[in-house]
Amino acid sequence: MAETKAPAARPLSPHLQIYRLTLTMAMSIVHRITGVGLYYGTVLLVWWFLAAAAGPNAYAKFEWFTGSWIGRLILFGYTWALIHHMLGGIRHLIWDTGRGLGPGEREWLAAANLIGSIAITVVLWLFGLLAMGGTR
Amino acid sequence: MSETSPKHIRTPLARVRGYGAAHSGTGYFWRQRLTAVANIPLTIAAVIIIIMLLGRNQAAAAQILGSPLVAIIMLLFVASITAHMRVGMQVVIEDYVHDETAKLVLIMANTFFCIAVALASAYGIFKLSFGV
Repeated sequence: MAETKAPAARPLSPHLQIYRLTLTMAMSIVHRITGVGLYYGTVLLVWWFLAAAAGPNAYAKFEWFTGSWIGRLILFGYTWALIHHMLGGIRHLIWDTGRGLGPGEREWLAAANLIGSIAITVVLWLFGLLAMGGTR
Repeated sequence: MSETSPKHIRTPLARVRGYGAAHSGTGYFWRQRLTAVANIPLTIAAVIIIIMLLGRNQAAAAQILGSPLVAIIMLLFVASITAHMRVGMQVVIEDYVHDETAKLVLIMANTFFCIAVALASAYGIFKLSFGV
């Protein structure tokens, strides 16, 4: 089949910069960014499985990284991204049923998504630090 | 083809499928929802397991990760998240990459990455379970 070579200068639909930023829009953008972050972060998950399978030395290297301040920072961000993306996903599943799309409801859901993700992340880290017996 | 009317230039098969210019149906949409639903309980379980393993040494972590229930949960978790992230990243690529060649290359790379993450994780979990 012949392909059309010259791309016509068609008008494109307006993108982000043309709209006023709203909370629901910000949460939509964050949902996508956290999704991409979680995608690349699975490398850490693979490292963890393979280090545990390889033996004490490999596991010590993994723990050295995750115990460092940069490692902790990445894991804290990763925890928040995971929870935020999960709550955002639940919001999308609610929307899929046709519920929660009213003007008040969607604002409330967006706020709950943000506040809930921060709260759950902090609680999980408190549990985690307790499980580790302090900050080491 | 019995109809020769110029209104119907698509083949009967194309009309029956009803996909139009998109060439495909709701497969990706459905797979994203299916894996999203599976991700919720599996992620909660995985987070609990990870918190349980914090601060333990390699021997303890290996023993718990390799135990049947934990290993099966982790395998399901990895399978579900890698399938989910493949669909999600493909949507992102299709939204922002408009060059046809670059788009196809990135969609292939996306699939390779997700399968590599899934199988490397599975290798680690199986190794812990079977102690090989």
